Amino acid sequence: MIDQLSVFLPNKKGTLSSVAAALSEADINMHALAIADTAEYGIVRIICDTPRAAAQALADAGLRATTTPVFAVRVPNTPGGLTQLLSFCEEKELNIEYGYCFLLGDEGAIDVLKIDAAAEDVLREGGFEMVSPEEIYQLDNA
Amino acid sequence: MYYQPEIETMPREQLRELQLTRMKWSVKHAYENIDFVKKICDEAGVCPSDLNSLEDITKFPFMVKQDMRDAYPFGLFAVPMHDVKRIHASSGTTGQATTTGHTTNDLAYWGDCFARGIYMVGGSQDSVIQVSYGYGLFTGGLGAHAGGEAVGCAVIPTSSGNTKRQVQIMKDFGTDILACTPSYALYIADTAIELGYDPAKEFKISGVILGAEPASENMRQEIRDKLGVQYCDVYGLSEVMGPGVAMECEVANGLHFAEDHFYPEIVDPDTLEPVPDGEYGELVITTLTREACPLVRYRTRDVTRIISEPCPCGRTHRKIDRIVGRTDDMMIIRGVNVFPSQIEQVITAFPEVATHYQIVLTREAQLDKIALNVETEPDFPIDEIRKIEDLKRRLGAELKSNLQVQVDINLVEPKTIARSEGKAKRILDLR
Ligand SMILES: [Zn+2]
Repeated sequence: MIDQLSVFLPNKKGTLSSVAAALSEADINMHALAIADTAEYGIVRIICDTPRAAAQALADAGLRATTTPVFAVRVPNTPGGLTQLLSFCEEKELNIEYGYCFLLGDEGAIDVLKIDAAAEDVLREGGFEMVSPEEIYQLDNA
Repeated sequence: MYYQPEIETMPREQLRELQLTRMKWSVKHAYENIDFVKKICDEAGVCPSDLNSLEDITKFPFMVKQDMRDAYPFGLFAVPMHDVKRIHASSGTTGQATTTGHTTNDLAYWGDCFARGIYMVGGSQDSVIQVSYGYGLFTGGLGAHAGGEAVGCAVIPTSSGNTKRQVQIMKDFGTDILACTPSYALYIADTAIELGYDPAKEFKISGVILGAEPASENMRQEIRDKLGVQYCDVYGLSEVMGPGVAMECEVANGLHFAEDHFYPEIVDPDTLEPVPDGEYGELVITTLTREACPLVRYRTRDVTRIISEPCPCGRTHRKIDRIVGRTDDMMIIRGVNVFPSQIEQVITAFPEVATHYQIVLTREAQLDKIALNVETEPDFPIDEIRKIEDLKRRLGAELKSNLQVQVDINLVEPKTIARSEGKAKRILDLR
């Protein structure tokens, strides 16, 4: 599993930019960013270098941020790549809380999924490749 | 076991007769010896001889804290300094300090009032009572001390502070009863646990008499569990006497008001009209035996209600419910009285949210709206909308059922709510 940086944002002007500013201030590079919005607040999910240091930097800036363990599954960067993964999860009754995709260099796409931790073995047995944190981002204690 | 069985279990009719006799004396004493009381009574067109029943007290004007500030230091003393044996003063954090004098009799009655609570938690002359209230101008320490002496307990005047030593003494001296503020009792309990003790099992302590600040039911239960004790809530205020005006018996459903020394009324804080027994309102106290500083219809600003049903413990003095708040804090939302303490109580039952909160009142289209700003605890999963929505829904439902009004819940970022500020900042009234 990899660490996702999760940030809770009450819907006020400028809060997303304050996240970006705090991360850039701390010299932290982002690889992916996904926003979930409701009428009252938003949740920003970020894959970045040194996620724990990033959460601390955001907390220091007065933001509600934490790291969340999520799955990073490699899928071929071709049509149907994601469908295969999602149908598999459905078949195995793995409840996906949320998910998003991003590209990692030329090597294909990464699907980030929030599923119960016990799903790891099921996914592996299904032939899916889990991407390790160090393949994606710079670790905290590196 | 009662400390003063003949008084504490006196038949109601007899008690009311005693109250009326004493009220007539007290009002006359105040009227004749305090210029201010004479002035406000004359202005209201009443005099002590108008008092023919207990209910006649409602014809008399109220006294408020500001009157005491204006009379600083001795303008409301009804006896010469020759007869004053002690003077207590409030801290004056919210303005001019106020003073209260006590005669020999006042001090003796004070001890008696507090002593009743010592019996309520099973104490007797054999008990060791540790007084960890601060001693000094504040009435807590000396009030509890007087109670212990009245009973004939072995009193340990530890006062507050030096918590490790408090624990050591509690253990070594075999303290039976601890008297202090609820937060300090919890701190002592936690310190004992940190030092490796299990006070509930290893210490002799069996009762606590706690007051002078509000405590939620969760906090009370935590103190009961950690120390293994019966909890007696004590009510009192320095303007009227000090701790002991009302004390909670073993039934743990309200505090017996010392009706032989004080006459309670509950009034609507806006109209100042009396409310029926059982309804919440402002507690108003007329002293019945106080010699140095008698008070006529003193508005305490504390909000509670009278519990008039007979108590299984056998005491006949009526009870007041635990103080739910101060009239200054009371919010009226669409005609419903709401106290921050009610909201606080709900919040403390949700481990997912931090105890810091802010209440925001607004008005939209002639309708009051109340919103609650809270933070989630650091370990609450903020990455899942479903969990956040679920928390908001449960918190909202609980508030609605406790307050009878709809509360909008805003989860906010940490540090947006000021820490440990006074009540002023916890309520933002934008109406
Ligand atoms: Zn009782």
